[in-house]
Parts: sequence; C-alpha cells; structure tokens
Amino acid sequence: MIVHVHATEYDRSGENINRQVYELERQGMEAADVIVCVSEFTRKTVITKYNQPSSKVVCIHNGVEPQNCNKRTENNIFGKTIVSFIGRVTYQKGPDYFVEAAAKVLEKDRNFVFVMAGDGDMLDKMTALVAKKRISENFFFTGFLKPDELKQLLAETSVFVMPSVSEPFGIAPLEAMSSGVAAVISRQSGVSEVLTHAIKVDFWDIDAMSDAIYSIGRHKALSDMLCEKGKAEVAALTWDKAADKLSELYNQIANKTPQI
Amino acid sequence: MKSICFYFQVHQPFRLRAYKFFDIGRQHNYFDDLQNDWICKRVAQKCYLPTNKLILRLIERTEGRFKVAYSISGTALEQFSLYAPEVIESFQALAQTGCVEFLNETYYHSLASLIDKDEFISQVDMHRKKIAELFDYQPKVFRNTELIYSDEIAKSVKQMGFKVQLAEGAKHVLAWRSPNYVYANYPDGDLTLLLKNFQLSDDIAFRFSQHSWQGFPLTSEKFVSWLSQIENPDCINLFMDYETFGEHQWQQTGIFDFLEHLPFEVLNRSDFDFATPSEVAERYPVRDKVSSVSPMSWADEERDLTAWLGNDLQNDSFAQLYSLKEAVMKSGDENILNAWRRLQTSDNFYYMCTKWFSDGDVHKYFNHYDSPYKAYINYMNVLSDLRLQLKEYF
Repeated sequence: MIVHVHATEYDRSGENINRQVYELERQGMEAADVIVCVSEFTRKTVITKYNQPSSKVVCIHNGVEPQNCNKRTENNIFGKTIVSFIGRVTYQKGPDYFVEAAAKVLEKDRNFVFVMAGDGDMLDKMTALVAKKRISENFFFTGFLKPDELKQLLAETSVFVMPSVSEPFGIAPLEAMSSGVAAVISRQSGVSEVLTHAIKVDFWDIDAMSDAIYSIGRHKALSDMLCEKGKAEVAALTWDKAADKLSELYNQIANKTPQI
Repeated sequence: MKSICFYFQVHQPFRLRAYKFFDIGRQHNYFDDLQNDWICKRVAQKCYLPTNKLILRLIERTEGRFKVAYSISGTALEQFSLYAPEVIESFQALAQTGCVEFLNETYYHSLASLIDKDEFISQVDMHRKKIAELFDYQPKVFRNTELIYSDEIAKSVKQMGFKVQLAEGAKHVLAWRSPNYVYANYPDGDLTLLLKNFQLSDDIAFRFSQHSWQGFPLTSEKFVSWLSQIENPDCINLFMDYETFGEHQWQQTGIFDFLEHLPFEVLNRSDFDFATPSEVAERYPVRDKVSSVSPMSWADEERDLTAWLGNDLQNDSFAQLYSLKEAVMKSGDENILNAWRRLQTSDNFYYMCTKWFSDGDVHKYFNHYDSPYKAYINYMNVLSDLRLQLKEYF
C-alpha cells in the first residue's frame, strides 16, 4: 500500500488540529508500506507529527504544466506596480501577512497597488484590516476570479506573493513565474525547496516580505532577473520528471513485495 | 388645544451596481439603473401612490383639518421624475391643498453636515431650489439626514436662515424631559426644535404588525386613547419613514385602515388637532433648551451615528470620499460632481454597518448587499475609478 500525502491537517489548521481528521490520516500512514510526500516540508511533518519512520517516507516534488505564456502588460490602469495574492483567503495561506506587508510598503511608497484575489473565511477580516489600516486606496479585493480574469491579473502583476503559513507544495507561484512574474514565497512551503530564483522569506517576517516586494518593484534589474531566470527554472520542473521518479519507486516496491 | 405633528420622510438612494475590480478605469457607470427603476416603481405602487391618494382624500374629507409634512430627498425626486413621474404629480396635488408642509433637507440625503459645512449648505440650497421648482413652495423648516442634530450643526442651520429644525427626542439628550413640548437650541435659544416622540412614532413605524408586541393589534381607537392619557402635552411629534405605509408595513397588515381612521378618531374623540411643524413652532412656547454636544440621530437604540460611521469600513470610506472634494470641484466635470454627491447618500454607509445584533433586522431590510464587507469593497472600487477619472484632469 502506497499513501500519497498532498496536505495534512497541520497545514489546514495550524496547531489547532481536528483530532478526528488527524487520526484518520495517521491510521492511513500507519498502514502504508511507503508514504510519498510532495515536498521535504511535508515529509518532515509526516515524520515528526505522525511519528512515521523516516525510512518509509519519501519526497517527490510536484511539477508544473507548461503555461501558455501570458503576454506581459507593462501598463495597468493605475500606472503603479501591481502586487498580487492569489489563492484561498484562509488561515493556511497567510493573507493577513500579505496585508501587513502591503501596509509597510505603502507607508514608504504609494506607487504600489495590492490585489487580493480569491475567496475564503478570512476575507471579511482582511477587508476590515485594510479599512483599519487606511490603505484601501491602494488595496483591492476581487473575489473569486474566472480563468480569463486571472490571466489578465497575472499579465498586469509585477510581484506575486505567497505568504503561506504552511504549504505542502504550492503550485501557484510556479504558474505565476512561468508567466514571467517575480515571486516572493514563504519558506514554509514545499515549492521553496525547488526554487532558486524566487525570493524566500519566513511567512511571519513582514519586514523581509515588504522589503522584497519593494525591491522588486523599484529595481528593474532585480525584477528582470527574477522573471527571466525564474521562468527558465520553472520550465525545467516538468511533471515528466515527477512521473519518472514515481514509476521508479513503484517498480522498486513491486519487486520487493512478495507475490502471492 | 394640543397638536399632532406628522412628518414623513420620503427617500430613495441611487443604489450602486456590482462594480468589480476589473471595471475600475474601464466603466464609469456606477449606478444600478435597472434596480433603481424597479424598486422605485415597486415602492410607488405599494406606498407613495396609494398613501398620497389616501392622504389627499383625508385632507378633503376633514376639510383641511388633517395636515402633514414631508421631506422628500432630491435623489428620490430625481428618481420619481425618471421612473415614476406620477408620484411627483400626486405630491403636487397634495401641495395644492395648502395642508401640506414641505421641509428642506440635503438634496443628496447626505452626512455632509458632519464633515463639510460648505458642501452641506450647497446641498440644502440645491434641495430648496428643487422643492420650489416642483411644488412652487418655499420650505421654512429644516430636517437633517437621519434627524442628525448637534449644537454645532444648529449653528450652520441658523446661518442658512432657518428658525425651526426637527430632531430626535433622544433620551440621552432629553433625560427626564418630555418630547411633547417645543424646545430650542442651547445656548442661544434662537432655533426652535421639534423633537420626535419615538415611542409613539415607532409604535406605528416598527411595531404596528409585530404580533409579539403587547400593543398588537394597533387600532386608531387604541392609539388615540394612548394620546389622551399623556399628561399636558403641547405637541406629539410623529416622525417616520413614509415607506411605513405599504412598504415596511404591508397593506395586508391593515396600516392603511389605521391611517384612514386616525384623523377622524383624533378630531372627533380627543382634544388634539393636526398641525404642521411651522404651525407647531408658532403656536407653542419654547419650554427649555436642549444641548447635544455629539451628534444624535433617529437610528437604533443608541440614537447616535454608529449606524453610518461606527466601524473602520465606514470611517475609511467616508474619509476617502470627502478627501476627493477639492479635485472634484476643480475638475468642473458635472458628471463627476454628480456621482461624487450621489456617493454621499447616507445609505451607502448604512450598508457597511456591522451592528447586526440589536437592530440587525431593520438593517438587513434596507440592504441589498449580502454583507457589509462586500458593500465596502464595491464602494471603494467605485471611489478608485472616480479617483482615476479625476487624475485625468490634473
């Protein structure tokens, strides 16, 4: 029996886990011969939080679908640098850190526009936070976006931010990067293990996050480099590679397991 | 003699359409013409037309002894002209009886009195002209949006030449005193104040069809017996939304029957008569001065501003709206000015109210957004577009 772990209860709920869900997950892992995780980040969680022997837990990173490159739009309606958060507005995705970082950047420079695209149980709270911080002039909420709207937003975005508190993998920044957008990603994510040409920060480090956003927005050399190299890097992360590793693993297991 | 003073508020806001992030900079039509048209026609059919007809008949049948006052916002009048012109005609018919007083308010039913005196005065002026144009009538009495009143606002109102203003009979301002007398502003005493008897007003406006209320069912006989029990009043000020008749209280609740019988019950079986605000102010002496340092209103339990300016969503959007004033004025663009002023209508901020508990039901009734947060996001998107439009001028 092979179990694939794409997320755990700890990613969704932080330390306040639902015990019932946890127990189901644990029993499944317990019964498995091999556990395949989408990242080292998740592998560590499985070993430490679910008490699985490290020898039976392996990591095979996700890949990314080659994107039809969006044409970059240099100009947007605001004439400012657009910074986007795209994803569910839930605890796991760290939307509050995005708002805090936005406030820090805007304190220094109003030539940025922040967009939070997505829906979720923290959306109202984020709306109130933006109002409270008086940054609504430069901060927008789009709600859930249709595919063509998402494409348009990415085409106008200069900095993509994924401030996840806990992200087993996190495919969104790869999609953004393959469209030529510079990415700032949380270290608490699986995807940070496979990327070099993205800026990595701890999700709670608002200073570092706002610094990264500001620098990319202000320094063309930096953003150009991140876009170009990032795009090439992501192009190499194909699903074929992941599939090869997986089929190799399956073969190994099949050969080891006694046939009845 | 004692008097009953009826004042009805007639108001419709220009509701915003769903204005998305991707509309910013691309679409400049902010208002939901279809919905406004539909609501205006519906309320005209259910309330304005039948109630106007009934009141006209009551004035005729009592030979002018039944009198009422109206304050009709400019945004409502504009929408009547657009969507239900017969409503204007029916108010004109009422104006001709001479038994109806029209009050002056801000054209846009705005909260300008709280933040921008010049804008406040311009809107009152606009409204006065509109009333004169439509009804050939010069209003003499002032009523502020949501009956908002403070010592400071009284100064602006006097400056505009008014001698009488309507306000809420808020407990925290009146304390032990009764709303059933004529008051004046503190400290000068040169602005007469008619204060709403909220108990009796709300018995009609809010509680009329409430089965759990001990006064239910409310009949005109019962109401007049309550009036007669009040000790030595001068005036009973019954102030309410006009939409009480047929819209908030549906026809099936018997609200029209109540209204139809009330004048005769009052005139035949009590020592009250009916008087307009101007008449009340002339006829009865000022008994005391009242002071309201912080603004009071007719809303909710608190009778303060928190229904419109009580949370971050409201305070932020309100501040940002008025921060655009200078640019709006300088642009000289009529469309922008009109949109900016329509955005001042108090309903916009009411939709962002998060006090869902004590008065939630009333709030929900008036709100077409499913959450105050969505109302805020929508409003801010519109403001952003307005800001971008203004940028083109400078």
